[in-house]
Amino acid sequence: MTVFTRPKTKTPDIIKDASMSKQKEMMNRHYERLSDAPERGEKVAATFVPGNLNELLMCFDFANNLPEVNAIQSGLRKQSGGYVMEAEKSGHSEDVCTYVKSDIGMMAKGNIGPNGRKLPDPDVLLLSYTGCFTFMKWFELLRQQYKCETIMFHTPYMADGKMTKDMIQYMVKQLKQDVIPKLEKVSGVKFDIDRLREYMRKSAQAEDDLVWVLQSAKTKPSPIDAYFGGIYYIGPIFGAFRGTDDAIDYYRFLRQEVEERIAQGKGPVTPDGDMGKERYRLVVEGPPNYTHFRQFWKMFYDEGAVVVASSYTKVGGTYDFGFRHDPENPLESLAEYCLNVYTNRNLPMRVDMLENYMDEYQADGLLINSIKSCNSFSAGQLLIMREVEKRTGKPAAFIETDLVDPRYFSGANIKNRLESYFQMIEQKRAGVRSAA
Amino acid sequence: MLDVPQTATAGIIRRCEDLFADLNFETVRAWKAEQPGRKVIGYMPYYVPREIIHAAGALPLGILGGGDQLEVIHGDAYYQSYICRIPRSTIELGVSGRIDFVDGMLFPSICDVIRNLSGMWKLMFPNVGSRYVDLPQNFEDDVGGVFYRGELNEIREWLSGITGKPIADDAIRASIALFNENRRLVREVYARRTQEPWNVPSSELYLLMRAGLILPVEDHNLLLRDYLISVRDQQRPVKDYSRVVVSGAFCEQPPLNLVKSIELSGCYIVDDDFMLINRWEKSDIAIDGDPLTNLARAFLHDSNSTSPKYEPDLAKKGLYLVESVRKNRAEGVIFAMASFCDPALLDRPMLQDILKQHGVPQIAFKYAENSGQMQPIREQAGTFSDSIKLWSGA
Ligand code: SF4
Ligand code: SF4
Repeated sequence: MTVFTRPKTKTPDIIKDASMSKQKEMMNRHYERLSDAPERGEKVAATFVPGNLNELLMCFDFANNLPEVNAIQSGLRKQSGGYVMEAEKSGHSEDVCTYVKSDIGMMAKGNIGPNGRKLPDPDVLLLSYTGCFTFMKWFELLRQQYKCETIMFHTPYMADGKMTKDMIQYMVKQLKQDVIPKLEKVSGVKFDIDRLREYMRKSAQAEDDLVWVLQSAKTKPSPIDAYFGGIYYIGPIFGAFRGTDDAIDYYRFLRQEVEERIAQGKGPVTPDGDMGKERYRLVVEGPPNYTHFRQFWKMFYDEGAVVVASSYTKVGGTYDFGFRHDPENPLESLAEYCLNVYTNRNLPMRVDMLENYMDEYQADGLLINSIKSCNSFSAGQLLIMREVEKRTGKPAAFIETDLVDPRYFSGANIKNRLESYFQMIEQKRAGVRSAA
Repeated sequence: MLDVPQTATAGIIRRCEDLFADLNFETVRAWKAEQPGRKVIGYMPYYVPREIIHAAGALPLGILGGGDQLEVIHGDAYYQSYICRIPRSTIELGVSGRIDFVDGMLFPSICDVIRNLSGMWKLMFPNVGSRYVDLPQNFEDDVGGVFYRGELNEIREWLSGITGKPIADDAIRASIALFNENRRLVREVYARRTQEPWNVPSSELYLLMRAGLILPVEDHNLLLRDYLISVRDQQRPVKDYSRVVVSGAFCEQPPLNLVKSIELSGCYIVDDDFMLINRWEKSDIAIDGDPLTNLARAFLHDSNSTSPKYEPDLAKKGLYLVESVRKNRAEGVIFAMASFCDPALLDRPMLQDILKQHGVPQIAFKYAENSGQMQPIREQAGTFSDSIKLWSGA
């Protein structure tokens, strides 16, 4: 049994491609802007990744602080474990979502951001309520702390697999009668719909390139890893950059980079450099683990496993089935965007989507990373697994970790599970070959 | 030992117990078999508009999991260990054929687990109608109200599709009247318990309320009336118990033994949120005018607060619990919540803060519907009760 220990020597430098460095620089700027906001008199809004209305918030000059992204950063920096414990010490149940607890613990410890500086208190909490019920409690908890304006923006669930006119109307009305007036009040900035249109135009441009990049994984070998690498690719567009020139530049740049990789017949870049021979093509359902991100990823690339499509990269918006922010119908389009978030799609839609990925991306199998924290993703995943397996005839596997709670990452178990899974894929292939 | 109820009451409670214990729902099967074409619509906790189901001529049937008597054989294969019990026992009920007579299922928007279960039902039981009930989190009439009225109308059409008959406004009005009556009686039972908790033990009240999720409303009304009459003149011994409110049990239900254990430990439960659906609206729903608008208005403006529902006003957050303590002259709150229940457990620290601000003593524990070990809970509740008494004596 392989036992994982922390390396005693300094971790070797992570190999980054240029787009990663570019993104890092963008993120640094973003966090500096947030930390400087109080001094510069800038107002700060907090909101969630799914249903993130960045274009709208920009219309009111808000700096956008996303608590989930902060939790991810804390996870990657191995600080989240301490934060989660801090929250539990203060009375939060061990049973609930650790994103929330990481955020609450970080707040209790002075709210120091990844740049080592204090993150500002929000002036407004935009409770974009889509795809997850925990969001409501999360922002009720933050509201209690910050006592600031809190805006509920409720997205109906696509329970019947469709978007109806009533849903859109309900959301547009909320925007017009509640969300926008409150944002105007907090910011002191008058809403200008043309400004919104302009940002949305920019969003759509970046979205085109993002989709191109994600779909480049249909190529063999795949030039990208659409899960571990994908997490970087979605960063700007799911965060505070959608609708900006920065995002347009980033995605254009990323696309060029991927184009070059395809031209050279290369696989994805991993933290250890170019990936070796592509041996397994996987579709992954569920969020990743962030506390052991690199170790987790290594278990894949060491075996030549590349993720060609993932549902997590659709959690902040599903673009690959054609949705783009539409400047001609800005408010309706914001509503549609929120409705389209992956976890706002019902279970049969999720199954269809994964099945479709398995075919379109010529995957060898489905892997589910079930996250202890996240009922939104996790409840029902075992059925999803069976359904996809049944429909595609390809093997599926199930592993369990957590997003940001290191206590739920058992490297040895996961590695064993993955190894047997890869063997299963091999056997399946051998079976197909002998049948042929 | 709990006090032995008087004969009439005992008969009523025995009937409720039988209903509660019957995991095959024989009475509902019998009701359905009585007349060809009868339909049964199952629903998950905590609220669905039962009036429309009734108006469709169907029986609304509360599916509240499997309790501690159901052996879950298949259900566990569908859920990871860190997900609450109720979805797996509900799947068990489905897969084992125990609810094979149910013609449609409604899943209210209570949490991600129930939400996802609605889709699982579609995949697992494609021949049973299944519908998610999307409840508004915006409480303005022309925003959330319009949306919810539309949702109610869709439910009406969905039900018509199942029964094959349209549902007239007047039929909904008549059903609203019957459920108003039901809620009035439920409130009366609750009020009676507040006044004389020794005469209305919570384990009895619990069973009475559970019966309301199985029986046709007309029968439940009769049952409640009979119960109120039967307890009117009886006098059971008054104990030196503390008065507590139980909060957080609105979905996955605690085992009946847990309710009994709290009582046996020296606590009178004077308010609770088990089966909120029976008392969802706080007063009568208007009968005149458009019945769907009336249902929607009642939902927006006159329904109970609970953690799956957004509280738009920070100043009011959790006050309903403080208000319940005051109104029911409770001396403390017991937070009893299902393990892994995100809405309840994430709400708890906020509610605890508010109670602290108002000087209300409290304890908290978790349970699962199949929890067997009651001793720790009994001890915890007993110590709590003692400390309340000491505290109030000082
Ligand atoms: S439950 Fe899942 S989607 Fe919701 S906040 Fe937690 S991690 Fe995010
Ligand atoms: S017990 Fe809680 S988490 Fe489980 S289904 Fe009910 S509301 Fe959801």
